[in-house]
Amino acid sequence: MAITRTRNIDAPPGPPGGGGGRSRRPAGQGRLAALLLLPAGIVVFGIIVYPVLRTVLISFFNVDSAVATSTPFVGIRNYTDIVGNSDFWSTMGRTLYFTVVSTGFELLLGLGLALLMNAPLRARWLLRAIVVLPWALPTVVNGAMWRGVLNAQYGSLNALLTQLHLISDYRSWLGTPASALNMLVVADVWKTTPLVAFFLLTGLQSVPREIHESARVDGAGAVRTFWSITAPLLIPSVAVVLILRTIEAFKVFDLVYILTGGGPANGTQTIAYFTYVQAFSDQRFGYGSALADVIVVCILVLSAVYLRALRRNEMSLI
Amino acid sequence: MKASRRYQIFVHVAAVLVAIVILAPFAWMLTASVSDPTSLITRPYHWIPRHWDFSRYTQIFQGKGQDVAGAFRQSVINSTIVATGTVVISMGVGIFGAYAFAMLRFRFRRLTMMIFLTTYMLPPIALLVPLYLIMSSLGLLDSDLGLIIIYCSYVTPFVLWILSNYFLTIPAELEEAARVDGCSRMGALFRIILPAARPGLFATIMFAFLLAWDEFLYALIFTSTSVSKTIPVAIADFTGRYSTDFGLVAAGGLIASVPPVLLAIAFQRFVVGGLSAGAVKG
Amino acid sequence: MKLPVHNAPEDRMLPSRRVILIGGLAAGATALLSACSVTGASQQKGGSGSGSGVVNALFMQQAGYTTSDVTAMTAAFEKQNPNIKIKPVFVAYEALHDKIVTAAAAGTYDVVLIDVIWPAEFGNKSIVADLTSRYPADWQSSMLGGALITAEYDKKYFGVPWGVDTKFFYYNKALLAKAGVDPATLGTWSGVLDAARTLKKTGTVKYPLAWSWSQAEAIMCDYAQLVGAFGGTFLDASGKLALNQGGAVDALRWMRQTIVDGLTNPASTTFLEQDVEKTMNNAQAAMGINWTYYLGSSNTPANSKVVGQIGVLQTPAGPTGKRPGVNGSMALSVSAGSKNQDAAWKYVEWLTSEAQLDKYAKEALPIWKTSYTTPSVVQSSPETFAAAAKQLDDLIVRPQVVNYNGISKIIQVELQNALLGNKTAQAALDDAVKSAAPLMAG
Repeated sequence: MAITRTRNIDAPPGPPGGGGGRSRRPAGQGRLAALLLLPAGIVVFGIIVYPVLRTVLISFFNVDSAVATSTPFVGIRNYTDIVGNSDFWSTMGRTLYFTVVSTGFELLLGLGLALLMNAPLRARWLLRAIVVLPWALPTVVNGAMWRGVLNAQYGSLNALLTQLHLISDYRSWLGTPASALNMLVVADVWKTTPLVAFFLLTGLQSVPREIHESARVDGAGAVRTFWSITAPLLIPSVAVVLILRTIEAFKVFDLVYILTGGGPANGTQTIAYFTYVQAFSDQRFGYGSALADVIVVCILVLSAVYLRALRRNEMSLI
Repeated sequence: MKASRRYQIFVHVAAVLVAIVILAPFAWMLTASVSDPTSLITRPYHWIPRHWDFSRYTQIFQGKGQDVAGAFRQSVINSTIVATGTVVISMGVGIFGAYAFAMLRFRFRRLTMMIFLTTYMLPPIALLVPLYLIMSSLGLLDSDLGLIIIYCSYVTPFVLWILSNYFLTIPAELEEAARVDGCSRMGALFRIILPAARPGLFATIMFAFLLAWDEFLYALIFTSTSVSKTIPVAIADFTGRYSTDFGLVAAGGLIASVPPVLLAIAFQRFVVGGLSAGAVKG
Repeated sequence: MKLPVHNAPEDRMLPSRRVILIGGLAAGATALLSACSVTGASQQKGGSGSGSGVVNALFMQQAGYTTSDVTAMTAAFEKQNPNIKIKPVFVAYEALHDKIVTAAAAGTYDVVLIDVIWPAEFGNKSIVADLTSRYPADWQSSMLGGALITAEYDKKYFGVPWGVDTKFFYYNKALLAKAGVDPATLGTWSGVLDAARTLKKTGTVKYPLAWSWSQAEAIMCDYAQLVGAFGGTFLDASGKLALNQGGAVDALRWMRQTIVDGLTNPASTTFLEQDVEKTMNNAQAAMGINWTYYLGSSNTPANSKVVGQIGVLQTPAGPTGKRPGVNGSMALSVSAGSKNQDAAWKYVEWLTSEAQLDKYAKEALPIWKTSYTTPSVVQSSPETFAAAAKQLDDLIVRPQVVNYNGISKIIQVELQNALLGNKTAQAALDDAVKSAAPLMAG
């Protein structure tokens, strides 16, 4: 498969003369491309352009109800309010912590899991089928399950650890802000590591066997082989995973909604949840819209940083 | 390979440990779903229920109309319709778009891709109220169709991204040969590229299905009756402030995971070669 | 928003046109919309309608009147009023508020069930209709005083109370007997603490008390009841938040102390009412406050190990001798945007009528005074009615302010900060009052 990846997009993909001799001119392909992209464009932008414009627009107004008749224009006040709100910054800090720690663990554990799934195992298909399970579990179910596992009075984690005599008494895993946030990470890592592992597994499989063998002939140790041969080839997978996970982690909402409701003492309130609370529970739609815009900018900036750092493959679309 | 005997043992032990960590919560949900409510709060906890209690499953499968369990069963059907509809539409439009991104040269190509992807980054919260108004004026609130339309708007960019990157891994010579043989571009797409991209297609289908099956916030706000309530909302109803039985959550959760799990296991071998290859290469 | 172009170095030359385009679009849209409200709402969308047709109603499931109760009441109504068709919808309590808010703009529902803490917000923001003119004059006297104020804000009625509720004090008779505690001492909170100490000392139960103190409205209910007992108030005479003085601080200090002394289960900061219910049903707590429904739950063998062992009392008195219960009632409102308000009102009248409520008195307490002296009604749950007769006369309401939800969230967080020992009670409540000030003003 690695051989196929060397096509250069700058070369015309079609044969010369295809499409009635016009294909060499970008305009000719441009028309076809526009035609082919039209359905997708309608499905996506037909739905979201209006809401997006509305959200941007509303973020400059003071809207305190969905049926408000008086909505004064406030300029960038909503944005300056956000910047001046200490709750926003602590929420941002928690979201970054959640994003960095969960993505970090998912990459680390995912890599181990990918190596394991790539190892010469009996019944390797069985392991792969099992690993796919958490990924397929709906997030809401995952949240409800972990709420049961971590419950302070009748949770299975407490039952297990006391019966193994690892802890002497039931603990309140979601009882303190720090502990609850870490449990949120655990629930996310458990569900998402398999997805990361499958991404990395493919990266691993693209490493031609001959390279490994020749490295071994050269007397390179397993560790050195990994760092000098495998790791570089994994970088594109890592980039994709990082972007995907960052988007998802920044948007994390349902897990918080089900598992902790943002508590205790706001310890698990992430930026998406904060936005939801501001916009809907408190009916500050202008402020909430401004927050949503801030989230998008954050995700864009982070994605750009990753791409800069990790981009190697000039022909990839992302 | 003699030297790797110890390595062999190590990887097998590690594989068993991984399997335990993954399967244990599932096993616990399974036993909890058939334990009677009092034994769920017993200390010390009995891992194997003393009294088997299948009432939750019979409740879910036989419950009627508006009660929680009956509504849950309807939500499985709704979720299946919504997820399938979303997959069909977004794949339908996504294949052509992905072909354009992968095989054609045009101005603003990368920019167009980025704009599509940006829409995937938008948090649903940002669009909720205006979308509600649109859906309401179109009479699409509380309907499967309304959800499908909304889901397609964020599943399609994802399909475009994964699929176009996968199409890039297909050797250009394949398409060229077909074109020389007189195939039109679309003919080549359907006769040559799609068959060659089958693993990527399956993986993308699975990803799209899971995205739609999983969605919570839109469904929470846009659906209200069993006509369109999807599984995540039905599960959230189980876990609310006034619901008490974890066993029902467990039973519902397990049933909710059956379709995506079956799909995942069935497509799992394509996932390895497909989805990630597509996204990574290119 | 859609300017991702800066990420792609290759396309650096391209964005300008798009920026201009999008900027132009946004400016155009602003100009277009700045003339009217950005929500697109105009004054007065609703109408009284013909008194017939379809009425969409939003309820919650799983508390008070059950789904099947409502279905039965509705069927009876439709039989009486064949020209009105009711479409009831049931959602979880957690989703109720946000659903009403989102649906308001579209006018999806004609009748909505609201919590006692929402009339100010919904009334002020024209989400639910002012029903004052529809209230018959005799309701003022025939309805329980505690119930009547449920949907009242700014001297107007924004709904009809439906399902009166307050937190009663529940205790486990068997555990108390085992520790040799006389239930007669449970009339005051200091008596409760003494009982808890004895229960703990004798090893009867490790944590005698359980509370619903998680970051949710649940902690506000427990706290409100204690604030009342300690003689505090949420608002001072001028309507300002006054939680950082007097009884309100004492109540929080007292709550924290029960955790420090090991009398309250420390996991209470993660509990909702259902967790208190399960903990008491498993005999892992001997005492706690909870809503009316709990007695029934404790006597259901399927999910309780303490069948017949739970007693119910009026909420204990604090040092001031006061013992108000928290007002946890719900109310049925008519949406301001409903185009069928006459029919909606007919339905609300039916659901709240004495005949209907008496039939389901076991699920939720009726709002009518005479129900409490009707033998057939009282007999459905004699213990609860005995406690209710005393407690419902004196209910403490959480502040009726427009931004209650936001203010409540701030208070919840600070209460938890104090309970977790991150701040002293005084400091936490000072902070709460300070951060809530802008919301109180708006």
